Amino acid sequence: MFPTPGILKVPATARVAVTGAGIITALGAGWKINAAGFRAGRTAFRQVTLFDVSRQRCKIAAEIDLPAKLPPSRLSRGDWRRLERASRLLLLAGHEAWSQSGWTPDNPMPLILGTTSGEMCLGQQYLQQALRTPLCFKHQAERVTHYLVQQQGINLANALGLHGEITTISNACASGANAIGHAWELVRSGRAQWVLTGGYDALCHLTFAGFDTLQVLSPSPCRPFDAARSGLTLGEGAAVLALENLGVAQQRGAEILGEIIGYGATTDTHHLTQPHPEGNAAVAAMRAACASAGVTPEQIDYVNAHGTATPQNDAAEAAAIQTWAGARAATLPVSSTKAGVGHLLGAAGAVEAVVSLMALRGQWLPPETALETPDPACRFQIVRQPVDAKIETVLSNSFGFGGANAALIFRRWP
Amino acid sequence: MSRIFVHGQGAVSPAGWGVPALRAALDQGRPLPVQSLARPGWDHPLTVRLVPPPLERPAFLAHPRLRRASPVTHYTVAAALEAIGADASLFGAGGLRLGIVTGTLTGGISYSRRFYEEVLQNPATASPMIFPETVFNSSASHLAACLGSSAISYALVGDAGTFLQGLAVAAGWLENGLAEACVVIGAEETDWTAADALRLFDRRAVHASGAGALYLKTQPTSSSAVELTAVTDSFAATRAPGRLEAARKMRAQLPAGAPDEWLCANERHHPAWNDWTGRVLAPTEILGEAFAASAAWQCVAACAAIQTARCAASNVSVTGASLQAIAARFVKSNVLKVENATPL
Repeated sequence: MFPTPGILKVPATARVAVTGAGIITALGAGWKINAAGFRAGRTAFRQVTLFDVSRQRCKIAAEIDLPAKLPPSRLSRGDWRRLERASRLLLLAGHEAWSQSGWTPDNPMPLILGTTSGEMCLGQQYLQQALRTPLCFKHQAERVTHYLVQQQGINLANALGLHGEITTISNACASGANAIGHAWELVRSGRAQWVLTGGYDALCHLTFAGFDTLQVLSPSPCRPFDAARSGLTLGEGAAVLALENLGVAQQRGAEILGEIIGYGATTDTHHLTQPHPEGNAAVAAMRAACASAGVTPEQIDYVNAHGTATPQNDAAEAAAIQTWAGARAATLPVSSTKAGVGHLLGAAGAVEAVVSLMALRGQWLPPETALETPDPACRFQIVRQPVDAKIETVLSNSFGFGGANAALIFRRWP
Repeated sequence: MSRIFVHGQGAVSPAGWGVPALRAALDQGRPLPVQSLARPGWDHPLTVRLVPPPLERPAFLAHPRLRRASPVTHYTVAAALEAIGADASLFGAGGLRLGIVTGTLTGGISYSRRFYEEVLQNPATASPMIFPETVFNSSASHLAACLGSSAISYALVGDAGTFLQGLAVAAGWLENGLAEACVVIGAEETDWTAADALRLFDRRAVHASGAGALYLKTQPTSSSAVELTAVTDSFAATRAPGRLEAARKMRAQLPAGAPDEWLCANERHHPAWNDWTGRVLAPTEILGEAFAASAAWQCVAACAAIQTARCAASNVSVTGASLQAIAARFVKSNVLKVENATPL
């Protein structure tokens, strides 16, 4: 809404607490199993079973075994039956975050989500049927309805009983981070008191084939920042955060998982799919995030890198981190958790936000245990083994096709 | 609270390339001719309203980033550049920050369909050139590259109301100082899959394509005769029983109206607007259904009507197909006075 009523009564820089977090990745469903997995540096790659990859270069991904039962919700049995993979991932993460927050759906609750392809598997089914049996329309209307990107947000809102605005940002692989950053802006500026936000994406054949044709998929599990890295590995998942005005959260006695204190977003105009070699826009995003947080690189204790393991991304991100961090880079711990669960596309920024919160809560750093030989161009400390650490502030990077660059900064809650 | 002024408008539509063509079609008030679009496996073609070829090849198509770009990107860039006008040179390195918001329902659907058809034939030989163009933010990315703009950019996806959500996002960026100017574009392209899908829900609807754009700033100039004074809440209209109630809540957030005000609506006779006494314009009747682009055309028409002194204010109402009821209000700019828009 514009203009926002009463916006001037709220401090322009309200603090933003995270009071709920939900996550599902190939490591499992829920905070606990994912925290244990990311802390230990587990990997979760296997042969793709969801679609035929026999004619692809790459045949592996981080697939999720969906739980047989979904959590309790307000959806009817018919609604449940119609939920496809992306909606189910989102619902599992959303329900966990919602339950943890202790919120009730009495007030309008904005829902801000990021995704790259929504329920693309239904779009694929629609096209296959339209081509193979063009005079058969059975299930086609239902496929259209549930394919549309806004429908997964609608499903989550209906499941939880939400009745606020639904916004979907599709900024390629930065979508999840942009969604969280936008939600943070709304709470910080007083436009909203609370927002449910996050990102999701399910594996689908079109996207898998797309990355395979670009020859950016690695035939073996990805190894971000390795000198011999050979590309990314796709994964799937979802993560949802409950963001809330800190004062309101404290007033109602909510458990606070951490704070989001900064966000920066920029556009890299170098190329549609390749970053500027020096990572100029990434530097600008990290600087903007630091400026909004009021911190310097010296105050960042760990960087959760975008780290896809493609030669171009990791080289550009390494250059960007070093330019942004300056002298601090030499001692700065950095890792990419895509080494464990793959590249989750629209979910990546949201899942990595939850991992950042886990690290802050547990006081550990997520390692890349499969790393063999660090790229000498990376003049920072790549976390390779599970390690406890005193960390107060974490920066998380997300970059995507189209030059969408986003950085989020999180702070430990005492 | 900042005031938001409309500094320019742009449009690509079945009426042609540019706002004058759009205005001429709306002034004539007659539905534009339809064209046929083949659907594989069917004897009878689909009915659509296509964007006609431009009279002259737009200069921006010479940009290397646009060589393989999809039609939706061409429409997006054309509408945005028309809206931005002479300011296009201000956003390069070290220049002003231009926030870019695109709104769409189907995005680059023709390339997505084409790429997946290639995957079905043989994934090993599918074109790597097409796939990157299928991401929803490719249009915004190409526009940023054409302008040399490295500021914040969002691609919003949803029903027709998403364009108005984009206006609110841009207003927030301008208020928070994240950008000195913003361009908001609603754009869609035609593909037989989209036209076929629309037909499943409304057999009378004619699918259309194109784009509309508004260029926004907080500072007025003598040429900025239009002010965006309100974007209502987006009221969830996700289930049929609640859609009228959502539209009524949206209506209640806007002033009662006056005879010299216009309503640019996506449905001419929506019951939520039963009390409306001013003129009603429904561009979809003339141009066809182009989702987010339709909402953008409504806004362009509303602003053009104010600029040409045909009305003092204009409301834009969008009751989206699946997501939301949302509206915006534009008024003749008076830099000395802020319209009392409460209780929004």
